[in-house]
Amino acid sequence: MFTAERVADKSDWITTDTGDWEIIIGLEIHAQVASKAKLFSGAATEYGAEPNTQVSLVDAAMPGMLPVLNEYCVEQAVRTGMGLKAQINAFSRFDRKNYFYPDLPQGYQISQLYHPIVGEGEMLVELDDGDSITVGIERLHLEQDAGKSIHDLDPNATYVDLNRCGVALMEIVSKPDMRSAREAAGYVRKLRSLVRYLGTCDGDMEKGNLRADVNVSVRRPGGELGTRCEIKNLNSMRFIQQAIEYEARRQIQIIEDGGTVDQETRLFNTDTGETRTMRSKEDAHDYRYFPDPDLLPVKLSEDWLARIKADLPELPDEKKIRYVKDFGLSEYDASVLVSDREKAAYYEEVAKGNDKKLSANWVLNEVFGKLNKENVEITDCPVSAAANCAIVSMISNDVISGKIAKQVFEICWTEGGEPEAIVEERGLKQVTDTGAIEAMIDEIIAANPDQAAKVKDKPKTLGWFVGQVMQASQGKANPQAVNKILREKLLD
Amino acid sequence: MSNLNELSLAEALKGLANKDFSSRELTQAHLDAMAGAETLNAYLVTTADQALAMADASDERRAKGKTGPLDGIPLGIKDLFCTKGVRTTAGSKILGDFTPPYESTVSANLWRDGAVMLGKLNMDEFAMGSSNENSAFGPVVNPWRAHVGDQKLVPGGSSGGSAAAVAAGLCLGATATDTGGSIRQPASFTGTVGIKPTYGRCSRYGIVAFASSLDQAGPITRTVEDAAIMLRSMSGHDPKDSTSLKADVPDFAAACTRSLKGLRIGVPKEYRVEGMPAEIEKIWADGMDWLRAEGCELVDVSLPHTKYALPAYYIIAPAEASSNLARYDGMRYGTRIEGADLTETYEKTRGQGFGEEVRRRIMIGAYVLSAGFYDAYYIRAQKVRARIAEDFKNAFAQCDALLTPTAPSAAFGINAKFNDPVKMYLNDIFTVTANLAGLPGISVPAALDNAGLPLGLQVIGKALDEETCFAVGGALERAAGFNAKPNKWW
Repeated sequence: MFTAERVADKSDWITTDTGDWEIIIGLEIHAQVASKAKLFSGAATEYGAEPNTQVSLVDAAMPGMLPVLNEYCVEQAVRTGMGLKAQINAFSRFDRKNYFYPDLPQGYQISQLYHPIVGEGEMLVELDDGDSITVGIERLHLEQDAGKSIHDLDPNATYVDLNRCGVALMEIVSKPDMRSAREAAGYVRKLRSLVRYLGTCDGDMEKGNLRADVNVSVRRPGGELGTRCEIKNLNSMRFIQQAIEYEARRQIQIIEDGGTVDQETRLFNTDTGETRTMRSKEDAHDYRYFPDPDLLPVKLSEDWLARIKADLPELPDEKKIRYVKDFGLSEYDASVLVSDREKAAYYEEVAKGNDKKLSANWVLNEVFGKLNKENVEITDCPVSAAANCAIVSMISNDVISGKIAKQVFEICWTEGGEPEAIVEERGLKQVTDTGAIEAMIDEIIAANPDQAAKVKDKPKTLGWFVGQVMQASQGKANPQAVNKILREKLLD
Repeated sequence: MSNLNELSLAEALKGLANKDFSSRELTQAHLDAMAGAETLNAYLVTTADQALAMADASDERRAKGKTGPLDGIPLGIKDLFCTKGVRTTAGSKILGDFTPPYESTVSANLWRDGAVMLGKLNMDEFAMGSSNENSAFGPVVNPWRAHVGDQKLVPGGSSGGSAAAVAAGLCLGATATDTGGSIRQPASFTGTVGIKPTYGRCSRYGIVAFASSLDQAGPITRTVEDAAIMLRSMSGHDPKDSTSLKADVPDFAAACTRSLKGLRIGVPKEYRVEGMPAEIEKIWADGMDWLRAEGCELVDVSLPHTKYALPAYYIIAPAEASSNLARYDGMRYGTRIEGADLTETYEKTRGQGFGEEVRRRIMIGAYVLSAGFYDAYYIRAQKVRARIAEDFKNAFAQCDALLTPTAPSAAFGINAKFNDPVKMYLNDIFTVTANLAGLPGISVPAALDNAGLPLGLQVIGKALDEETCFAVGGALERAAGFNAKPNKWW
């Protein structure tokens, strides 16, 4: 499904003196397979190990060494493909991509050019404004990562760390279906969420476990496609957006100055926010791809595929539909809750045995609000989902008011502890005993006879009395009971 | 005692079992013979201390009655097999003093079965060649000479060191490898037996790669039975090589004396090439007669795509080699010749580290894989390869094995073809087809030609049917009564 016809949202057009432009974007995401061993060797993949300590004889391309495919990685690629609702190819094969570089010991990267393991698929991408777009997936293939060249340790030498060499990557290629930096960011966010749901990649962009090559071209809205440039190796959401914005404006400038955009590979400078030429089309490598004769084709049986499919977890799109249909949540709330596997799991634990909507409101407003404010990840939230479940349950059962609930949450956040115990020990239980409330009210009416007299004429001033009672009860009086008794005494 | 190095491997096993001699004595006899044969340049490394230690360990095992199928048998190892702690060069300067910290599966299997390592055998650089003149360490000299004159002859290649060492009594058997004929052609040139088994029968783990889809290890020995004994130890599935076959390894030696009654032997008409020496025609015809006498039925078969085999081979093998040899870049091991920058270091290292033939094949390989040529060369060659495999499949519907000459000529003089690569490539004309189709092929010495040089016959079998190769090979060996040995001139 190539949607070249789709024209960008007008708000995403770039308008210059010569008129309007739209950006056409396609992404190649490299997602490191969450596997303990490499794609073709048993060496470990742990991040941050001492240089060259996770290198097998195969990774170092010693003479006579042969690759042996890690089947776990194949399974993760297939699961990801299923998550992308993509064609899973029962027959796939590995090819060699030949080029020389010191961090590529074999002199070739084992990849899949001709017969990738996963073919076309699509992904629904929710945008910030509540809209969504569908982005086509061209393919997903498995390949080896290269090692790391370190140029800044010595002015006269380059050091090579082969720890990363041979680590399994999934290269996920989108169709050129995005039209703005925000759409591209939405795509990466959704893809990251998906692989994290599946557990096939940890999505850690800082460690480079998920990084993007971005293809950018510009055209007049709906017009002829322009020449694209590829910007390599972007490892943050912000850099992806900056690079696209910069690159689009650079290309527009060239065209408006009467020039033509050269198809080339570019690098993004994270300090200046600019892109620069890495290599031109003329300097493009001839990779001399051919099938790797050391490896057999990968053949997947229907039984095996069915088993993998049956084991897939509930994915964000299905989850969202369930939240809306079964839980009665709004589309927006549902999509925020499912945006992240951990968030959804957290919410579902809070909602266990509780009203789903009340739980959603609590999690979205109180928990996520606090996390955002304190800049804490859900996985590091000091208040457990179980504690929040207890708080929400106490609200539902009139044990505490919403206001007290916030207080309890604060206490849990800063001091820790069990919500029930906190409510009990600190006497935060809501006062539902009407006799006690009535006594309080009588006392306040007696102290404010003038105010009390006015209420019949100005019913709105009843609120003042409510406030007084709540204050006197330290927020513990049941607001419904307070209202009811006040009405009886002052209005009837 | 002086003739211990003239025994067959099977005879030596009997002698050891009977305690007629010890492995140490047997090993020492070979080390002595090796010391007197330096002119042949068959060995690149002699591992005398290791050999004697292994021999002593074998004698101890024998004293305790715990012996393996090859216990105490001294063998030579082609220098393409990585041997732990022993320099491995693949016949190339580019590997420098590379000493592997690991052992190839095939050699490890031999040591597991009790064999003794005498040393590493010379070969064409990276197994590319048909005369052993492409070794960075000088050519191997064939122990055979013509009746007349004292011209030095090539032993064939690329396993020239293996073939020469076996022919000259410098080991009881040797490992070899065959990508396009590198076991069978040198066996034919030296009056020895060589079998290339089915692709995947022997693990390629730890064998320096030339062309991965064609490379296959096998033994060179003095008798068919010896080859059967050795191949059994070398074979077996290896999880470290994805292309290694999960197939049981039969008792090949038992097949050597099997009756051939009722067996259908195909004779492919396309192997009757123009300009083939009459003597080769004659031994081929003799071979047919011998097999008929054993009760075989001779069948004319056709392998119509045979003429495309050599061109296809010289596209596929260099293509794979160009990629397999990319790892020799001077960065991690082996030779590095520093240049002003990275590119120059690559150029100098690879330009000076590789010999001419290897450079030629890397360039051919890079060319046929490059954009715009890939379909015309590589893809087309793969299609030819599929047709050739089909040819064999069709032929095997009519017969159980094929009989052909091994090589189009007897051993030729050193330098005779060295500067004519195309002429040199024609040596593989009868052997490459088995590599392209992944089939087993054995070469058995059949006769001496008029000049007094050995000629071999080849038996090609169905996939995983080495047993029929051994059965037919054994019959040819018995009928030929070939027992000539080179006169010791060295």
